[in-house]
Amino acid sequence: MMTPQATATENIELELLLQAMYLQYGYDFREYSRAHIKRRVLYRLSQSGFHSISELQDKILHDPVFFEALLRDLSINVTEMFRNPDFYKSIRKQVIPLLKTYPFLKIWHAGCSTGEEVYSFAIMLKEEGLYERSQIYATDFNPDVIQIAKAGVYPIRHIKEYTSNYQQAGGTCSFSEYYRASNNSVIFDQDLKKQIVFAAHNLVSDGVFAEINMIICRNVLIYFNRDLQNRVLNLFNESLVNGGYIGLGSKETIQFSPIASKYKTIDSKEKLFKKKVE
Amino acid sequence: MLQNIKPLILKKNYLKRKLNKTATYRAIVIGTSSGGLYALKQLLPALPKDFPCPLIIVQHMSPHSDNYMSKMLNEISQIKVKEADEKEAILPGVAYIAPPDYHLMVEPDETLSLSVDNKVNYSRPSIDVLFETAAETYHRQLIGIVLTGANADGAAGLLSIKKAGGYTIVQEPEDADSPAMPTAAIQMSKPNSILTLKEIIKALLRPGFVMPPR
Repeated sequence: MMTPQATATENIELELLLQAMYLQYGYDFREYSRAHIKRRVLYRLSQSGFHSISELQDKILHDPVFFEALLRDLSINVTEMFRNPDFYKSIRKQVIPLLKTYPFLKIWHAGCSTGEEVYSFAIMLKEEGLYERSQIYATDFNPDVIQIAKAGVYPIRHIKEYTSNYQQAGGTCSFSEYYRASNNSVIFDQDLKKQIVFAAHNLVSDGVFAEINMIICRNVLIYFNRDLQNRVLNLFNESLVNGGYIGLGSKETIQFSPIASKYKTIDSKEKLFKKKVE
Repeated sequence: MLQNIKPLILKKNYLKRKLNKTATYRAIVIGTSSGGLYALKQLLPALPKDFPCPLIIVQHMSPHSDNYMSKMLNEISQIKVKEADEKEAILPGVAYIAPPDYHLMVEPDETLSLSVDNKVNYSRPSIDVLFETAAETYHRQLIGIVLTGANADGAAGLLSIKKAGGYTIVQEPEDADSPAMPTAAIQMSKPNSILTLKEIIKALLRPGFVMPPR
């Protein structure tokens, strides 16, 4: 039977583990939502043969390879091309016309995971005639997913769904023009990578690196506690030019955050916000 | 299989058993899929405005659905029904519905959180994810209810609630629109009660169970 005491002990072990990971490896999950982190840690524990989070901690402190496995568990890599097509549709309609007025654009995908949404954005910029004057920064804290994003090779089994998403998102060409199939994979056009810089960046610990016109950060903030959310939103605010845009996940918002008054809502359903010109 | 389990359940005595204990329930979690909307349309409007517990609900739905369901249920109910928001404090007399394509979790500080983690039991939201995190937070002060549905999600979660000392109820498979989910939950967790939807509603309204004693 799982008693309140047993849970309380386990929660202490979890806090200590997060502290240990931070001190030893510099990855800071201490301000992440606990329910999610705990599920992931308990999953790793169940696979490991250890009996408690404390035993797991001992292994993690002394075995970097084992730590990397946990790090992979702790990052969320559920994504798809043109995920939530209406989001892209809304950007095409309400943001792109204004982005077209800039001679040069910087776009930041924060928490880009395996890159599907980065390529989606690149395709959209191409179709809108903006790609050649854009610089896209695609960042994630997890070096493994960045390698996958860089390769731009994805399992072919999702392509039907992606094609349908692309069409719903307002795609103006044939989606198959952007990739070639090889065995069980699709390989995205090398040209799409030309303006993309893939890099490791940790929203928890790293700072501003460029002046950005649009930030896309979807379903990342939901994992953070309020303080960390506010700090990351502040980082976004400092990175954005006046009149710049933020696009968040469908259950995320900048309302209720300290930067709320500096932004106006462009699309409340698709979570698009514009920084007011001061 | 069901026939073997049923006699073990103290269906008639379940309230007596509970009344003798002093456990007060602080939250109710509900999981359902196919046929669930109909069941929730019966259950939620039956509860009074001052219902003393929050209800946290996973209803399987298409990832592309909008928030029509929570809006509609809110319109026909006296309690407040809303789509769950991340970091939202869990309050009594409010029913929180998991948003489409997100897992809904209960945090140790009794707030709600969301994730787009991998599907569990082919489902996002998953009933198991909600039930397991709720059991960790509320322990024996939690009621878990599995209603009609067409797969096995919720069975492992209901077992977690039972292991944590919470009270578990499953809709009678014969009473359910889709019996598979109740059947799986009964087999895995041997719930405290197996009741028809009508009986579940009656139990939630009876003084001394969830409602304060008269």
